[in-house]
Amino acid sequence: MNETVISVRNLTKCFGNFRAVDGITFDVGRGEIFGFLGANGAGKTTAMRMLCGLSCPTSGSGTVAGFDVLREGERIKRHIGYMSQRFSLYDDLTVLENIRLYAGIYGLSHRQTLRRTAELFARLDFRKERSQLVGALPLGYKQKLAFSVATLHSPEIVFLDEPTGGVDPLTRRQFWELIYETAAAGTTVFVTTHYMDEAEYCSRVSVMVDGQIRALDTPAALKRRFCAESMDEVFRLLAREAKRGD
Amino acid sequence: MNARYAIEIDGLTKRYGSMTALDRVSFRVERGELFGLIGPDGAGKTTLFRLLTTLMNPDEGTAAVDGLDCVASYRQIRSRVGYMPGRFSLYADLSVEENLAFFAALFGVRVADNYDLIAPIYRQIEPFRTRRAGKLSGGMKQKLALCCALIHRPSVLFLDEPTTGVDAVSRSEFWDMLAELKAKEISILVSTPYMDEADRCDRIALINEGHLLAVDSPRGIVSAYGERIYTLSGGDMYALLLAARRLPHVRRCCPFGAAHHLSVDADFDAAACRRQLMDEGFADVALQPAESGIEDVFIKLMNHE
Amino acid sequence: MGNFGSFIEKETLHILRDRRTMLVVLLIPVVLMTLFGFAISTEINNIDVAVVAPHRTESVRQAVERMASNPYCTFKGYIPSDEIDRVLRRGEAAAVAVFAADYDRIAAMPAPAEPAVQLIFDASNTNTAMSGAAYLQSILTGASTQASPVEMRLLYNPQMRSAYNFVPGIMGMIFILICALMTSVSIVREKENGTMEVLLVSPVRPMRIVLAKLVPYFMLSCINLATILLLAAYALDVPLSGSAGAIIAVSLLYLVLALALGLLISTIAEKQIVALIISAMLLMMPIVMLSGMLFPVENMPAVLQAISCIVPARWYIEAIRKLMIEGLPFAAVWREVLILLAMTVVFIVVSVKKFNDKLE
Repeated sequence: MNETVISVRNLTKCFGNFRAVDGITFDVGRGEIFGFLGANGAGKTTAMRMLCGLSCPTSGSGTVAGFDVLREGERIKRHIGYMSQRFSLYDDLTVLENIRLYAGIYGLSHRQTLRRTAELFARLDFRKERSQLVGALPLGYKQKLAFSVATLHSPEIVFLDEPTGGVDPLTRRQFWELIYETAAAGTTVFVTTHYMDEAEYCSRVSVMVDGQIRALDTPAALKRRFCAESMDEVFRLLAREAKRGD
Repeated sequence: MNARYAIEIDGLTKRYGSMTALDRVSFRVERGELFGLIGPDGAGKTTLFRLLTTLMNPDEGTAAVDGLDCVASYRQIRSRVGYMPGRFSLYADLSVEENLAFFAALFGVRVADNYDLIAPIYRQIEPFRTRRAGKLSGGMKQKLALCCALIHRPSVLFLDEPTTGVDAVSRSEFWDMLAELKAKEISILVSTPYMDEADRCDRIALINEGHLLAVDSPRGIVSAYGERIYTLSGGDMYALLLAARRLPHVRRCCPFGAAHHLSVDADFDAAACRRQLMDEGFADVALQPAESGIEDVFIKLMNHE
Repeated sequence: MGNFGSFIEKETLHILRDRRTMLVVLLIPVVLMTLFGFAISTEINNIDVAVVAPHRTESVRQAVERMASNPYCTFKGYIPSDEIDRVLRRGEAAAVAVFAADYDRIAAMPAPAEPAVQLIFDASNTNTAMSGAAYLQSILTGASTQASPVEMRLLYNPQMRSAYNFVPGIMGMIFILICALMTSVSIVREKENGTMEVLLVSPVRPMRIVLAKLVPYFMLSCINLATILLLAAYALDVPLSGSAGAIIAVSLLYLVLALALGLLISTIAEKQIVALIISAMLLMMPIVMLSGMLFPVENMPAVLQAISCIVPARWYIEAIRKLMIEGLPFAAVWREVLILLAMTVVFIVVSVKKFNDKLE
């Protein structure tokens, strides 16, 4: 691994007596596609919030994009991109208006905005869609657009929270091509998913169980270690040990 | 009443304004069958469910559930079917047992009457019976919703995306429960956007953008529509993907988990292509013939409409 | 019919579980009654009066004395006439009584051709100024030994206490708020949460489920009705001089009307927020503005008066005013009752017709 962009040590988050995230430790390198798996309630969302600077850890330490997760939450936010299935774009704004809004939020200059917007449209092959309302786009287009908007400001890391839920298999694959492309260009991709075949696309995968990281390696190494045919099997073997629900 | 088919749909069409949500869809579900409706969001799955559960009327075509027409006999249908809508549809502020009791009352039965049917599922959530439904975990909510949909012993069960957003383990458990219900002679129509769940169904219908792509058993669909597929892996997967698309006689190449899937012409020469990729500098190139899966078929069918 | 009971039980549980809302609903009448009764009163408690009198003759001093000894007035002292504006502006006095230079002569005239006293009021609050002016006038004219050219007698509410006016208004508002707003929101909530879909796909007629929803809200409103009447009678000393039975009967009719209205809203609205906005904007605004709760209907422009006719609260408030304040018998409000009854029937018929047991 060359340069480290996420590095956390014993990161813990408690809600009262409940240890939602229980001392996780890992590093993610530049340009990696890091799969962050776990059953519902394993603590993925809580962990991801801490990494995005949205929630302050109870204990432990770490840096994201070179900033401290305990003290520099605001600066982290400027250097990462975030996309989730639930909230991504405003349905009642057009594609172009959404892009301008995000460019404004991340403080891109007028020239940068113009250039990156042109690149984005070329990459997604958007023509007449530019001035359409986002709400009128097919789901697949929306997801790809949301991803491109989340990386508009060339963040060091982009966090994707179940980005492909419910989209058709072809779009899902096109989406993963976008992810590949982004990672190849040096942006780290941190992704959660319920599709186990998607775990196979990742450079490395971690599996969270009951707030702890139970396994972390490349998909191939994990399959060897658990004598499993697929990541699905690996995941099931690990998640079956879970003691708590969500 | 013993209708031959649990569900019979013929030329069913539904439009919302200028948008056609379902376009001349026809298929039949046998009694006691576990039938999967597989397609992405926006394919028209929920619309089909709403037509069959008599929540909406079709613009064209006919549909019958349990031998009863969905338009003319909608009241009778409503007492015979169980329906679990796509989103969480229980009362979050009522406890597990209060929810169950209410849904029993809704259908004019007592919980005890059909307890045997739900017992295997209900027993798993019984320890939490005084807990508010809103405080249950995703998997438990789903089990409670299934109990509530079953409490009146419906003859046909409609489950709209019961496994969406649920982790792989809970999903698998849910399918085990459905297999048990099928053994109790309940016909089940279940929809899912997860293609890997297709194998758990007796028969499936692939649906996309309101059109039915294929109806058959999962195996039957693969053998009818499957094509020559090669898996390709090795080295830098993204660069490999781009390189593979330039190979001769490759129709399509998509990333597919651990390996890329190449759908190829009859003239495809695997050995030559492997050599070519090695020459381009890719290490450990593995290019092997493989069987198509449901997803391969789906991608093929949605491209070649 | 057996399951009707369990539907009511379920609705009651929903209400009981949402403690905060229930508390708010039960406390609203108490808070409003207290606010209107004691804090935001338009009645005259205390008028600070300064006096301008060029000649402090005996009769002038007597008039001022009477004013000063009145419990509702405070005499703030004599001021020179060029101070009037400053005193009013600074709020040192709410009113200035300017005695004419030849007060004695004018007051002694059998039919005065010119005013003996001029009352200057700070009318930034029109309501208190108007009632204050009337009250002060009555003190001052009563002062003159001669018969005053105008005699004012305030019937039914001789102290001009606003409590009497606002109680019917509050009742008109609260019942719409609880019955129409709460029921429409609770029905629409089932649509929004997706539970309505499941209810529809069941053999039970959805209308029955909806009716079961109305019962607990009706009961909740009955508790509020009791609270309001008890507060009115014992805390605000409103003599429920009309028959309490008639007041309760008209109120119950109004409750049914409000529930029907809530039902109607729920058939139109698809989202809770829409139900809320319809209830708040389309119901509350006209009730507050047009029902005569704050502004008398008779003083409104003809257009607004016409609109006020379709505001149910207007008729209810009128009826309750007659029964509660004027102490008229039930027979005196038959017209209002008939109008309310007709509205109720219309709302019920329309909402049953509009109620859809499909999703489209």
